[in-house]
Amino acid sequence: MAETLETKKTAAEPLFGKKERKLIVDPLNDNNPITVQVLGICSALAVTSLLYPSIVISIAVVFVCAFANVITSLLRNNIPKSVRLIVQLVVIATLVTVVELVLKAFSYPVYKNLSVYIGLIITNCIVMGRLEAFAMANKPWRSFIDGIGNGLGYGAILIIVAFFRELFGKGTLFAGTPIAMNIIGPDSPAVDYWLNTNAEWLSWYSNNNIAVLPAAAMFIIGILIWVQRSYNQKLVDVS
Amino acid sequence: MELFNIFIKSAFIDNLVLSYFLGMCSYLAVSKSVKTAFGLGMAVIFVLGITMPINWLINEFLLKDTGIFGTDLTFLRFILFIAVIASMVQLVEMVVEKVSPALYNALGIFLPLITVNCAILGGSLFMVSREYTFGESVSFGLGGGFGWFLAIIAIAAIREKIRYSDVPPALRGLGMAFILTGLMGIAFMSLMGIDPGSY
Repeated sequence: MAETLETKKTAAEPLFGKKERKLIVDPLNDNNPITVQVLGICSALAVTSLLYPSIVISIAVVFVCAFANVITSLLRNNIPKSVRLIVQLVVIATLVTVVELVLKAFSYPVYKNLSVYIGLIITNCIVMGRLEAFAMANKPWRSFIDGIGNGLGYGAILIIVAFFRELFGKGTLFAGTPIAMNIIGPDSPAVDYWLNTNAEWLSWYSNNNIAVLPAAAMFIIGILIWVQRSYNQKLVDVS
Repeated sequence: MELFNIFIKSAFIDNLVLSYFLGMCSYLAVSKSVKTAFGLGMAVIFVLGITMPINWLINEFLLKDTGIFGTDLTFLRFILFIAVIASMVQLVEMVVEKVSPALYNALGIFLPLITVNCAILGGSLFMVSREYTFGESVSFGLGGGFGWFLAIIAIAAIREKIRYSDVPPALRGLGMAFILTGLMGIAFMSLMGIDPGSY
């Protein structure tokens, strides 16, 4: 009897079932941290002028979000309600300090480039928001999946924004890495290579300096929201 | 005079919201009406003005290797700063509740939310990286808070007006708020030509 109950339980909660898949897929579109929940915008916008640092900070947020969720979920029954904010902040701050030290040790130029924005992952509202909304009420494994899903949803927007900003602002992609590419603009070797001309007729493009400013990120996210809501009518703001 | 320059600079030229895009979450969430925006803006001025000098003292006398512990403890910076901010917000909340229950009710949930307002922690981290003195950090805190206050009042007023405009349905609300903020950011950039340091 006890054995059948046990098997029933495991059958009812597979390690990676529909619910877990929903936890990963949902934040990518229907419940995106940036375009729907409006969380975590603060530390996102200023880093997206180049693609490479955005990818680094996306990975950092996935890491911090997932593990902060797991740790809080493990502690959730032992945290008194009145000090839960401080406990959560200490968990997040510890993980962010780990990320900061790792970056400082292995990728100093990126660390320099991101400066205070690594520290601001602490006050990134998605991390805190997911701890409050999900990890305080769910088991560790599910919280871990939720953290990864939300980190990825956040990272996806970050990378899309960074792609357009770097392309239009500097005419390059992945600047600062070995695979840096010059895509458009007057001195683009890509054009020479692919079209086998000196491409003078393509040199009409001069870099758009507005795309380098953080303001461009606001425009791009605004347009992303527009596109997303045109396809996903249930998200439209009725008020 | 130097202090006044820093105040003006942090309020207008280095505006925390419109130049650095910090404190965006509550800025977008609370800017639906001017009234609540006003309350939150005042609270942010207050918290920034208080936490900045306290964090300066902590950084100078506890964390630096010239401080009382004699070792470099700067890796504890995030944890200590955020703890100061959280306890200050808690303190402000208690004082406001005691002194003025009306204001407390008006601010509601937004008061505790200031803890995770990136502008507060961001301000403290900027203060460290720009190596301000004590007086400058006070001035920077008040100026930054004032700039945040101005920005949220401005966007709340625009959003109240734009409710009657014919915006495409998918862009209504949040999408429009993003684009407006971008435009305001560009408008604020024109202030960069005015550098008070050059007088």
